Amino acid sequence: MAVFDNVLDLIGDTPMVDVSSLSPNPRVRILVKLEGQNPGGSVKDRVALSMIQQAEKDGTLKPGQTLLEPTSGNTGIGLAMVCRVKGYPLKCVMPSNVSPERRQLLEVWGAEIIESPGEEGSNGAVRMAQGLAEEHPDYCFLYQYANPANPKAHYEGTGPEIWRDCPEVTHFIAGLGTSGTLIGVGKFLKERNPAVQVWAVEPPSGEMVDGLRNLDDGYIPPIFIDNNGFDLLDRKRIVGPRDSIEGVRRLRDVGVFSGVSSGAVAAAAIKAAGELDDAVIVFLAPDAGWKYLSSGAWTDDLDEVEARARRINYW
Amino acid sequence: MPVDVNLPTILRQHAGGQKTVKANGSTLQEVFEDLVRQFPGLDGQVVTDGALHKFVNVYVNDDDVRYMDKLNTKVADDDVVTILPAVAGG
Repeated sequence: MAVFDNVLDLIGDTPMVDVSSLSPNPRVRILVKLEGQNPGGSVKDRVALSMIQQAEKDGTLKPGQTLLEPTSGNTGIGLAMVCRVKGYPLKCVMPSNVSPERRQLLEVWGAEIIESPGEEGSNGAVRMAQGLAEEHPDYCFLYQYANPANPKAHYEGTGPEIWRDCPEVTHFIAGLGTSGTLIGVGKFLKERNPAVQVWAVEPPSGEMVDGLRNLDDGYIPPIFIDNNGFDLLDRKRIVGPRDSIEGVRRLRDVGVFSGVSSGAVAAAAIKAAGELDDAVIVFLAPDAGWKYLSSGAWTDDLDEVEARARRINYW
Repeated sequence: MPVDVNLPTILRQHAGGQKTVKANGSTLQEVFEDLVRQFPGLDGQVVTDGALHKFVNVYVNDDDVRYMDKLNTKVADDDVVTILPAVAGG
């Protein structure tokens, strides 16, 4: 094993594991890319480092300057780790109903948490952060939803790694949050092989967002629009909490300890495998299970876990 | 042909507070037209200017219809149509 100069050098180059034993069809292989292997624990380490490096390069981030970011968790945690190493104070705007472990991890790295109303979901966190950024022009507002360095991290990192490790890929499946992963990886893979299908998975998170006043309070990330996301994606499917938890358990059975959104993507990949013929599906597991132990996903009664997952933002 | 339509919290006020309503049609377009006939308050909410509202996602069973045939997406008996506001993640 090589010796690395800095923990940030450990970001990326994550392993891919063949989990075809989960496939209902012997002619469809399923592989999972384990982003929980990143040092901060999620795929968002890539995005955090990419956005900070870009901001340092173009001068929008000065030594010691405070950063502000809306997040449902992982981006905040990734940023908090990078900021700790590089000496930047960080404020994260996060919905009040995220899992306790997300809060604890931000505290580990010393980030300040600003709570937004849980019933407004991530949309509420985005709105509050935008307001704070206007009030405090001295903050560096990287804004993952509109920052080209977000998809760039995947276009230059995650995508090429998948192509290097599995050029026979026919389908790439990942969760949709900011859309950074799907845009960056999808664009890279389609440039190499236009026949590659890019499928998005999302939770029915709109069900939990009771705080919207009207539909015009909805949100589409600017990076999705800017990169023609509607044309890039071939399919988008919703996976509910119950199927997500069952996905987490299926992954556990093959030794993969995954987060809840990874379970959702696994469930979608397994379903896709049942519908396809002669395919190689690569799906991305954004994080491991550590941050979800309090969800009881592996051990509690499925009905109870499902009910909990409808109240708490695990995505 | 009746399908079940799941309404988001924000639209239930226009359907007497119901979470799920029945509607008829062989395409999504027809289903939405029937919905508006039953609940005129839904007019202009989900479909605006002949297209899906920018911040609305509509699914037939699990699939987002924007990546299928949009409003021309076919529906069959017992399909479930789900309407949700577009929200961010990350």
